[in-house]
Amino acid sequence: MSDPVLSLEDLTVTFGTRRGPARAVAGVSWSVARGETLALVGESGSGKSMSVLAATGLAPRSAQVSGKVRLHGEDLLADTEAGRRRRRGRHIGFVFQDPMTSLNPVLPIGRQVGEASEEHLGLTRRQARDRAVELLDLVGIPSARERVDSFPHQFSGGMRQRVVIAMALACDPDLLVADEPTTALDVTTQAQIVELVARLQDRLGTAVVWITHDLGVVAGIADRVGVMYGGRIVEQARVDDLFADPSHPYTQALLAARPDPAHAGGELPAISGSPPSPLELPQGCAFWPRCPVRGDARCEHELPPLREVGGGHVVRTFYRSETIGRSA
Amino acid sequence: MSDHESTFRRAVSTLRRDPLAVIGVVVLVVLVVVGVLGPWLAPYGTNDVDVDNMLAHPSAAHPFGTDELGRDVFSRVIVAARVSLEVAVVSVGLALAVGVLIGLVAGYYRGWADNLLMRCMDVLFAFPVLLLAVAIVAVLGPGLLTAMVAIGVVYAPIFARVTRASVLSVREQVFVRAAVSIGTSDARIMRRHVLPNIAAPLIVQTSLSLAFAILSEAALSFLGLGVQPPAPSWGRMLYDGRGFVTDAWWLGVFPGAAIFVTVLAFNLVGDALRDVLDPRQLTLSEARRSTR
Amino acid sequence: MGRFVVRRLVQSAVVLLGVTLVVFLLLQLVPGDPVRIALGTRYDQGTYDALRARSGLDRPLVVQYLSYVGHAATGDLGVSFRTGQPVTTIVLERLPATLSLALTAIVLALLVAFPLGILSAVRSGSALDHAARVFSQLGVSVPDFWMGIMGILLFSGVLAWLPPSGYESLRESPAGWASHVILPAATVGLVSASILTRFIRSSVLEVLSEDFVRTADAKGLRPRVVVLRHVLRNALIPVVTVVAVQLASLLGGVIVVEVLFAWPGIGRLTYDSVQARDYPVLQGAVLLVAALFLFVNLLVDILYARLDPRISVR
Repeated sequence: MSDPVLSLEDLTVTFGTRRGPARAVAGVSWSVARGETLALVGESGSGKSMSVLAATGLAPRSAQVSGKVRLHGEDLLADTEAGRRRRRGRHIGFVFQDPMTSLNPVLPIGRQVGEASEEHLGLTRRQARDRAVELLDLVGIPSARERVDSFPHQFSGGMRQRVVIAMALACDPDLLVADEPTTALDVTTQAQIVELVARLQDRLGTAVVWITHDLGVVAGIADRVGVMYGGRIVEQARVDDLFADPSHPYTQALLAARPDPAHAGGELPAISGSPPSPLELPQGCAFWPRCPVRGDARCEHELPPLREVGGGHVVRTFYRSETIGRSA
Repeated sequence: MSDHESTFRRAVSTLRRDPLAVIGVVVLVVLVVVGVLGPWLAPYGTNDVDVDNMLAHPSAAHPFGTDELGRDVFSRVIVAARVSLEVAVVSVGLALAVGVLIGLVAGYYRGWADNLLMRCMDVLFAFPVLLLAVAIVAVLGPGLLTAMVAIGVVYAPIFARVTRASVLSVREQVFVRAAVSIGTSDARIMRRHVLPNIAAPLIVQTSLSLAFAILSEAALSFLGLGVQPPAPSWGRMLYDGRGFVTDAWWLGVFPGAAIFVTVLAFNLVGDALRDVLDPRQLTLSEARRSTR
Repeated sequence: MGRFVVRRLVQSAVVLLGVTLVVFLLLQLVPGDPVRIALGTRYDQGTYDALRARSGLDRPLVVQYLSYVGHAATGDLGVSFRTGQPVTTIVLERLPATLSLALTAIVLALLVAFPLGILSAVRSGSALDHAARVFSQLGVSVPDFWMGIMGILLFSGVLAWLPPSGYESLRESPAGWASHVILPAATVGLVSASILTRFIRSSVLEVLSEDFVRTADAKGLRPRVVVLRHVLRNALIPVVTVVAVQLASLLGGVIVVEVLFAWPGIGRLTYDSVQARDYPVLQGAVLLVAALFLFVNLLVDILYARLDPRISVR
């Protein structure tokens, strides 16, 4: 694997709340390289979004962030706020979840797409506008030149998300962060957006961190996957390995919970219970209360370290199984 | 249904925790007590002219000094509290009654009634508050009663609007539609389902309007159109004293401070209530009807 | 956009008609004979008859109303019961003074409210924010005439920097005008400043929590750019309307301040006409102010529609 574009080392994010400290992210480490797509999977509250936001300096002011975040080798967290901002703007593009609200309603889309290039690449208004037209074209907005001065409300949800992607690519970033970019879209549009990002990645060689709770998307686009629960990484592997040999009970449960047409008519398997509150995280594995396997009693009170299963596949559990996990 | 019960309880517990709200409530309670017991608390009569003691500085005998006729300012300020509170409560009560009725009918029945009623409210809204009040009092003849009527009329539209907006959102809710579908009479629906659920914004609006009503009454009195002498009134005291103020600062400070403190108390309580009961109802409507 | 404008125009026209009705009814509400009340105890029959005829008070109500509206449309608002001068002239004469006061007050208010409101929102929770909120809470509760009296006490009495009352025309003596306008404008402006600060603050706060601001941050734009280009452009749209409404209501609300400072504007005129029972002048003043108010509101709505691209495209 070539030098990673972004790598997190032992990132921890804590919030002080009226009821005590809430730990949203604990000791998370991962990295992503050029041309590679890393998917971060987990339920709401697993810390998958917060880890990326905190790593890039977008966490709320009340967050306490520790650890190292290397962008092209240099620690972002050790930098000044202005430095962080500049590097983030120049090298990382963001696509957030809701295209209806991610765009400024009173500015023309061309302006919004081109802004970052004015700021970070020193382009003039004119140049930025031309670049915006190119980018809009690239993401598949028809009649880009005519529509570059239109306003967001004149576009549909799917089109707006394409505009957002164009905006994220304005400075030719090395990394694209997509935080549940298709969750608010209908299924057909979802597929289009996923395909668009895959195509762009092939063409531009951008690294992609794709945050989602949808395993279907993961299967479609990811090279590597990180599964998060209770603020920690519980399993990380190449995508094929993860689907073929899920080693953490949570991953297994996630995979089993997907509706399978082969089992039509039966009950939908769901994971009972609900995710832990960041205010009351247990000493041991956070998944224990809901774990359908509970194969190793140590997991209850002792935090399992990340254990290598083979070929870049790591898992955070004491439980070893040879027999289960071959399903999928 | 305990929805409004728990709202009430929530309101009380929040008010208790917010120091500003507590101050506001305490001041209001003091005010009401002073208002009710006024004449008995005042050390002097409000019209005891004392020619030897005109424009006396504040002292132990006269904590707020005396005015140009030697009357004790402290006593007058205390007794005036009753008048101000009376006018505020009655006029806002009038505005509430009329406004809510109009808003209910407009919001519930929609159609031409809604159109007509709201256009009428629009017409009233077209006048700056104080201007209209002055005009009404001017033609009806100055005095306590006409002041109450004028302020009531001028404040009714805002209650109508708030009510109507709340009714519009409530009537879409399932339990109302259910009641309609089983044939409950309109009056009953309005009484049992709609009214309790629009109470929250109305409570907020009432306390805010009370604050402004005090200001309006004071302004009217200042212009000589409100409470007529010899009855004391804070606004009137300011008007009478304004010529002497540079020599007798107490004539300007104390009555005005009384108005200020009262209005502030109502505003503090109103704001705290709003934070609890209806955070949506924000400052746009306040700004629109704010200058008195 | 055109359809929207037309709709608003029609609506305003209807309301204006309603306003004229209310103003007209004012005269009818007077218990007794308005002309006799206005003329007082000593009057000569000739003047009484002339005024009575001129006012047409003996005709049926509907006819009177139609006549009133008809005349008003051509600019004739009747004559003063006291001086016999045309009301329109009297009222228009006083308008500039009120306008100069109101405009100065709004400018002063904005000079305070803008920075205070914006900074208070951007630095939410800071000492500045708390101070600003206290300031606006106090400012909204202060009676303006009391503020004025305190101002006179301090600046005219104790410090003797400014004259306590009176007026000098801007054209004749800018310095004189300035020294006379400052106290009343500051008095009126203070209340406006409080209201505006509150509103600006809440509007900016609301916009700050919007997703597209996060997008702008994510793009690495400088904070100042984010605030100016993204936040304010959205937050200030509703503020424009509030400012305009404030200005319009100031036109009528300055009665008290004008009386206190002997400022010869419409507010003072209203008060004088009330004292003198000069009902036509009172009617005229009220009508003019309400009409102005409506007009400004109409302008504001149209301006709002132009500023917010989501509305114009209909």
